[in-house]
Parts: sequence; C-alpha cells; structure tokens
Amino acid sequence: MSFVVPKESFTGKVLAVDFGKDDKALAIGGENCLPFLSFEGEVPNKPVIAYEIQDCVPDDWPETVKNIYKDVSGDPVTWAKYCQNDLKAKAIALRLASTHPDRGDRSAEDAAKTVKGVLAAIQVPLIILGSNHIEKDASVLVAAAQAASGNNCIIGKAQEGNYKTIVAAALAHNHKLIAMSELDINLAKQLNILITQMGFDKAKLITDPMCAALGYGLEYTYSVMERIRLAGLAQNDPTMQPPIVGDVGMYVWKIKETVASETDVPDWGTLEERGIAWEAVTATSMILAGTNLLIMRHPKAVENVEKTISELV
Amino acid sequence: MALTGVQIFKLLPKTNCKKCGFPTCLAFAMKLAQAGVDISACPDVSEEAKATLGAASAPPIRSFSLGAGDKAVKLGAETVMFRHEKKFVNPCAIAVNIKDDLSEDEISKRASEVASSEIDRVGQKLRVDAISVEYVSGSSAKYEAAVKLAADKAPDAAIILNCKDAGAAESAVKAVAARKPLIYCATDATAEAMASIAKTHACPLVACADGLDALSALTEKIKGLGVEDIVLDSGAKTAKDIIEHNTQIRRAALKKSFKPLGYPVINFVMRDDDIHETSIASVAIAKYSSIVVLSSISKWKDLVLFSLRQNLYTDPQVPMQVEQKIYEIGEPKADAPFMITTNFSLTYFIVSGEIENSKVPSRLAVMDCEGLSVLTAWAAGKFTAAKIAQFILESGIANTLSQKELILPGQVAILSGALEDKLEGWKITVGPREANAIPTFLKGR
Ligand code: B12
Ligand code: SF4
Repeated sequence: MSFVVPKESFTGKVLAVDFGKDDKALAIGGENCLPFLSFEGEVPNKPVIAYEIQDCVPDDWPETVKNIYKDVSGDPVTWAKYCQNDLKAKAIALRLASTHPDRGDRSAEDAAKTVKGVLAAIQVPLIILGSNHIEKDASVLVAAAQAASGNNCIIGKAQEGNYKTIVAAALAHNHKLIAMSELDINLAKQLNILITQMGFDKAKLITDPMCAALGYGLEYTYSVMERIRLAGLAQNDPTMQPPIVGDVGMYVWKIKETVASETDVPDWGTLEERGIAWEAVTATSMILAGTNLLIMRHPKAVENVEKTISELV
Repeated sequence: MALTGVQIFKLLPKTNCKKCGFPTCLAFAMKLAQAGVDISACPDVSEEAKATLGAASAPPIRSFSLGAGDKAVKLGAETVMFRHEKKFVNPCAIAVNIKDDLSEDEISKRASEVASSEIDRVGQKLRVDAISVEYVSGSSAKYEAAVKLAADKAPDAAIILNCKDAGAAESAVKAVAARKPLIYCATDATAEAMASIAKTHACPLVACADGLDALSALTEKIKGLGVEDIVLDSGAKTAKDIIEHNTQIRRAALKKSFKPLGYPVINFVMRDDDIHETSIASVAIAKYSSIVVLSSISKWKDLVLFSLRQNLYTDPQVPMQVEQKIYEIGEPKADAPFMITTNFSLTYFIVSGEIENSKVPSRLAVMDCEGLSVLTAWAAGKFTAAKIAQFILESGIANTLSQKELILPGQVAILSGALEDKLEGWKITVGPREANAIPTFLKGR
C-alpha cells in the first residue's frame, strides 16, 4: 500500500480583511484551508498580534504584566508609542476601559479625544475596543469611530444588545467591525446576519466568538472556532467566513494561574514564566483553531507566539 | 473500515448449517456487522475470511499501553479529527528527555522531578507520564546504568529508550523489561535488529523515517517482522511539519483506512527557550500527538501542558461535574459558614480550594446545574432562587446549622432578595465575586 497525501479542498474561503493605512496596513484571513495546512490550500496572510493598551492605568492587571508598562501606562499616547517604537508592535488595540461606569465612567467625548491622540502618535493600525458595557459602548464606540474616521481602524465590539449604532458608525466612517457573541456558533452566525442586513459588507467583519483562558473554558472557544471555520470552508456558509479575533490578554491576566505567587501555590512554579506561558499557550491554541487576529498583553508572550507563527507558516 | 452485513455474508460458507445458532449465514452476517457476535461462532469459516474480518474490525488507530502497571497510559484509539465531533479518547502522554551522559546526581534529580510531578487539577491527577533516556555517551554500560537509575527514581513513569544503537538498546531493554519500555527507534536500516528486540521482549517500537511515504513503508516492514505495537515518528521537528504530518497521518488512518499509518504518533519538541518549547508542545498536543517529548520540565511548564491536555480531551457534550451534595471542608461545627455553588468541576475545585486555603472549617453546598459555572447556570435558568431554595430545604441542612445563614457567590448577588423571600427565616449573605477573595472574606467574619 503506498501513501497518498490525503488532501481536502474546500469551496469556501475565509474573507481577507485589511486594516490600517499606507505601508503599515495589514491584512488577515484569505485562506481556503484549515489553519496552517498550506499543503492543501492558500494561506496568503499569517495571524497578526496586536498589543493591548488602555486609556487608564491598568490597576486590574497583575504585576507581571503591569510592571512592564509602569512608566508608560499613565498616558495612552505614551503607551501606544512605546508599543510601536520599542516593542515593534505591528498593531495596537486601544481598550477604552475607563468609559465603563465602574471604572471612571469617562464620556464618549473623552474617549474620542484619546482615540485622536493615539492615532496622531502612531503609524501602525489601530483596533478600538469599548469597555464591554453594552449600553455605554453603544455611544462610546460611535464617538470613537467618528474620531478615527479615515484611518481604516477595527472597531469593536458590536454585540446583540448594541450593534445597531456601532454598525452604523463603522459604516459611516469606513471602519472594519468586530461582532462578538458568547461562545455559540448559532449566535455568531445570527449576529453576522443582523449586521449585514443593515447594509454592512460582510467582507469588513471580524468574528469574536468570545475567548476563554487556558484552564477556564478554553475548550469551548477552541471548538466554537473550529466549527466556525469548518462551516465557512466546508459548507461554504458566507456568514461564517469573516476572520476570527481572539481577545486573549483580558481573559488570561486575571485568573489565579497568572496572579498567584509561588509562595501561595508552590506546586505551580515561578509566577512570571507561568503567566507568560499561560498567555502564549492560550494564544497558540486559538490560532490552531482558526484565529486570525490576536489581542495580547505581555511582550514576551507576543514574541513567543510570533516565533511559533513563523514556524507554522 | 467496518464491513456491511452483505459484505460479510460473501465471506461465509453459505451453507446455512445453523451451527452458529442462527437460522442462516445471512442472519449471522447481519449480527456480525453489528458486532453482536464473534466470528468464531461459525466453525466452518475459512482462515482467510477470519483475517479479512479481523483487519476490517480493527480500530483505525491502533491502541496499546505506554509503560506497565496502573500508571501506564493508553495510546491511540482516536476516532475523530475534531473534538466537537466526539471526545478525544486517550490524552497525549507527556515525556521528558534525559541524556545518559549526565551525572548520576543529575539523572536522579530529573527522574525524581518526574516522580513528583503529579498535581491535582479539577479532580484529576495529572503527571508527567514518561522519561525518554537518550543514548549519547557511546557506552552501552553507561546507557544501561542511566536507564536503570531513571527507572528506579521514577517507579511509575513509562520508559522510552531513545537509542538508535541496537546493542545498547537491547541491554537496556533487558534491564527494564518489566516496565515495557518503548524502544526509539527503528529506521529502515535498523528495522530487523530493533524489531527482533521489540518482539522478544514484547515492547512497543517507534518507526522513524523521513516523511510519510518512507514511514508507511517502514511500518509495513516492521509489522511483517512481527511487531504490532508501533508508534510513528515522521521526523517532524518544526511546528509546521508537526501539524501537517500529524493531520495527514490521522486523516489517512481515519478517512482512508490506511493501515500503515494507523498508529499513535510521537513528537519531539525540544527547543532552547522553555516558553517556546511549551508553545510547540501545545501545537503537538492539540494536533494529534500521542506522546510529546520535552527537553526539560518545570512546575509551571507541567501545569500549562496538563491544563491544555485536560481541556482538549474533555468530553465536549458533558462538562466535568461533581456530585450534588453538601461538602464539609475541615471539621465544621454547627456555626461554621455555609456557602453554595454549582456542580461544574472547575467551579467546585476553585471554590473548595480557596475555602481550604482560608483554614476556616465550612460547609459548601454543591447544587446540580448540569455542570455549568455559576454565571452560565444562572443565565441558563438552572441556578435560580426557586431552585436553590428547594435544594436547601430538601437537604435538611437547617437542622445541622445553629444559625440559618447562606452565603451566595458574589456573581449572583442579584438572587439574594428573591432567596430571602423563598427561604423563610434564613439570612442571605452575598460573598465575594471571585473565589480568591474567599479567604479574606471568611477570616474577616
Ligand atoms: C465556558 C462558558 C460557557 C460554556 C459552559 C461552561 C460551563 N461548564 O459552565 C457554554 C458554552 C456551554 C456556555 C453557555 C452559555 N453561556 Co456562558 N460562559 C462561559 C464562560 C466563558 C466561562 C464560564 C466559566 O467556566 N467560568 C469559570 C468558573 C470557575 O466560574 P464560576 O463558576 O463563576 O466561579 C467563580 C466565581 O463565581 C466564584 N464562585 C463560585 N462559586 C462561589 C461560591 C461562593 C460562596 C463564592 C463566594 C464565590 C464563588 O469563584 C469562581 C472563581 O472566581 C463565561 C465568561 C467568563 N469568562 O466568565 C460565559 C458566561 C458565564 N456565559 C454567559 C451566557 C449568557 C451563556 C448562555 C446563556 C449564552 C449562550 N451562548 O447560549 C449559555 C447558557 C448555557 C446553556 N443554555 O446551556 C454569560 C453570562 C452573562 C450573564 N451575566 O448573564 C457569560 C458571563 C459570558 C459573558 N456575558 O461574557 N457558557
Ligand atoms: S455456522 Fe457458519 S456456515 Fe453454518 S449457518 Fe452459521 S454462518 Fe453459516
């Protein structure tokens, strides 16, 4: 019996989405095969990692990752520049955390100012994220989209409870859009349909099926992503073809494994490596399941995942 | 691939002699197709038909144990490409490589780390499963001593003899034969010698070739030499080769019934950088490896890889759950704190772990919510005031407590009003949102 390479070819294709401007613009997606299986398909773009920054001091981040940014995190513009110039970030994700009613309740106008400031300071593409407060995001992201008009940003996240205003703003200002649902392939599909019914081009969408940290529900995210990919490729379901984003950092840097010191849990080993590896492995699993865009926090974890990606393509 | 009843019928004597207990050969064939009877019930069936049927009913990926004794790990037997289709069957074994030219102290130390690597996570005991002892010294005596030492210091670990020299491998196999070491490896050039050792000592053998063509030919050759428990090494070292080779191997075995690759896979993921090695190991674990060999282990690295393996190998249909009951932590007296949570394993183990940390003897009521976390169960309508009240009342716990007070998870603070209405005479207290705040909360009461 001789071996024949068992290839699978699909009728569907992940949509390619570009973001950013000029020579710093990036593209994600575009593959017509499962992640990294380039022996049977085209993989025009590799996964991109964006550094997460926030519009306020990240006092809810654990020491391991907070310390890295302690000299720059007081000001989002300085922080963004640090990521671009010192850490060589290819993209930056600005989370407007302080607009959350529990974290300062800053206004949409304030958020717009921050966005403008950051955009003026960097050349790499910007992802603009709300605070994940359904009602507040509905106004904050509208102001942010307007402030970023013409910059081809990614705006997010539009959810079932607030997508209408956010979609309209992304449409008006020509941005890409993250549509987020909660770990359910049918909800993800449904939301993409609702958004495209508003006249939003599906080729400008990015799906966030919701991330989870290693050890804390990662398997759910992993399988939902794999199922979305298979639906888009094998069943050629157009609503399941946008690229996928994994908002990894915020799920990883709060669990006990990235927070508890070695003195508290001697069985778990050194805290710093544990935290970095936790973020790197969570992110690595996500790209194996189909993620095209990662949002991460620790530079060493980012560096590591980039190394793994270059080994995978 | 399984045969249909009609295909099996064609292989039978077709005499309808009824000796099998069935009225006709066709009836017997139909039952065989459903695996309801054994072929041996027909005394007249030809050897050839038996062989055909045997081959057709064998699982597409061969399964056998790595190591011996009750800590041996099962390999292979996988049935799907994606975990949402069906539970992945046998979790990937994690192994660490130790070179035989290290000092005795160093070998002992590293093997002892394997022996003490076990940790409890979400109710499962997880450990580094195997030690690969690599022959680099060039001295057969030294190799044998290193293998013995490692095996002694890690009495439960499976042993992988990472040794391409047949002479050295043979003496090492003899030294630890009772442990059923996995022999690494046979190449095309050494297939005869290695297969003969494996066969004599009934040990599994790794077939190692460059690429899947050569590997398929090699496994056929080894099988022809009488060794059936084969592990595959396609020579994949980069993450790219690991994902592509392993995908092709599993697809060939499952979808094309390609027997020469119907075996478990071993991947060596050694890297200079520890975190990078951890990431590459995670690629192998996620993508179909049955044994992953690391250059070193450490507590954090173990924890990361154990967690990933556990996550990916859980049943996608059934969350891991614990039994519904009121658990006593420490030796709670009548006035000890009384808390409630759901029966999702992860939730239970995090919360009970923190209660233990607090050293405050307590009672924790674990309510059956079909294995959902607190917020998920609440959102799914399984952890509601009415259901909690019913559970508490039916448990009869009120008789044990000196003061009827129930502490709720902070995430469902919203339930406290409704619970006070439903649980008459009870005081409802809202605990912290996150479990890590439980020790401070309990000590401060
Ligand atoms: C994995 C997951 C799922 C899995 C289920 C996993 C499981 N076995 O429970 C699946 C995919 C099935 C799922 C489904 C749904 N989910 Co869900 N899910 C999650 C996710 C990502 C993680 C949950 C988890 O495992 N947490 C870890 C455990 C350990 O947490 P926990 O049980 O709450 O315990 C902690 C604390 O509560 C505390 N604690 C626990 N007990 C006690 C007791 C005391 C006394 C104290 C003091 C503290 C305490 O300690 C623990 C550690 O800090 C969360 C989002 C997130 N990141 O939290 C959403 C989340 C819980 N899900 C949500 C929703 C809405 C749903 C669905 C209704 C939606 C849907 N997509 O259909 C369904 C409902 C399920 C159904 N109908 O079957 C929402 C709930 C929102 C809300 N506030 O109502 C969340 C928060 C997502 C979100 N909004 O961002 N989900
Ligand atoms: S014993 Fe064999 S030959 Fe006789 S009826 Fe059964 S299957 Fe047919």
